[in-house]
Amino acid sequence: MKARFSLQLGSVSAALVAFALTSAHVVAADKVDPVADAKAFQNFFFQKFPDVKHEDFVNGPYSMNEDMKRQWQEKEEFPPYEFALDAGKEMFATPFKNGKTYADCFPNGGIGIRQNYPYFDEREGKVVTLELALNRCREANGEAPYSYVKDEMASLTAYMAFTSRGKPMDIKIPDDPRALAAFENGKRYFYTRRGQMNFSCAGCHVQSPGERIRAETLAPALGILNAMPIYRSEWSGMGTTSRRFVTCNSQTRAVPLEPQSDEYRDVEYFLSYVANGLPISGPGARP
Amino acid sequence: MKRTLPLAMLLALGLASAARAANEADYKAAFAAAEAAAKEAASLRHQWTTTVSTLATAKKAADGGDFDRATAAAKEAEALAKASIFQATSEKEAWKAMEIR
Repeated sequence: MKARFSLQLGSVSAALVAFALTSAHVVAADKVDPVADAKAFQNFFFQKFPDVKHEDFVNGPYSMNEDMKRQWQEKEEFPPYEFALDAGKEMFATPFKNGKTYADCFPNGGIGIRQNYPYFDEREGKVVTLELALNRCREANGEAPYSYVKDEMASLTAYMAFTSRGKPMDIKIPDDPRALAAFENGKRYFYTRRGQMNFSCAGCHVQSPGERIRAETLAPALGILNAMPIYRSEWSGMGTTSRRFVTCNSQTRAVPLEPQSDEYRDVEYFLSYVANGLPISGPGARP
Repeated sequence: MKRTLPLAMLLALGLASAARAANEADYKAAFAAAEAAAKEAASLRHQWTTTVSTLATAKKAADGGDFDRATAAAKEAEALAKASIFQATSEKEAWKAMEIR
């Protein structure tokens, strides 16, 4: 009788311990922890490419291939984004019809602040990117918004990025469940397979950086947005972060989302946050 | 001989029905099914570009009166849309396996 009771007690205890362990695991798996995610993300790349200097990841494919890097360094003497940079500087300083300028819309007059974008706007409850903030600035001053993918927007962001060159990416996630949800949503978007080719962002930029996909050398995901906007030879022109997301989707045969949709804003938030500490290198040039 | 004749007739009838040219009604039914699946894929934010282009091919063929081609394209578009819905559904959990931890 006593033995039977002990056996039953033992079984119940074992079941309770097992339940407790499983529940703890479930809770841990569901908890959003951006600090741990960023650490794991950076360690993955640092360990996968031990010979690449940490600050060099922001140079995309050039950090993966010495020959390409040498060619790019020579090209940087007369960089292809220079025209956009000059245009952006001029546009930035030109007053709107009401006499105000972009500088009036941003902290520190818009100079040297690229590394703080995107940020989570607690009033709106959403992620605000630099491109979005620029268009909101225009609209608030009675001007028509620019296309999010190229031309003027690329020039303006090129100039703003240039004034932040070398500054470490510094994205904050406030203690707000909506900010954590945006980070998690961005992460989900980054890892989710889509399109007829069944590719995720991670499929190329986590699993295969440094490998070739047709004629392209794939860039590592770590620091991939620090170089934005970019002059891309394939595009024969400049492109913004929005343009990069849209073309990535199209290349996998997925219908792209509208630029500055919640998903794109969130994935930019995720990718920028996990690159915290790495320098801004934009505007960049890519093959 | 007596047995083979009805069998041959049945086979010929079967082949004839299989090879029957599609008509406008067939196309309309196939297109409506494809369009419904494509709408669902779009609502899941997982539409494929090939679904959209194949739907456009179907419509263009139907506008030109080629209902065989139009029906075949509409059926292909439906299959593509259903595959993208499957992708969206399975990826709701599957993406976690890709995550760097």
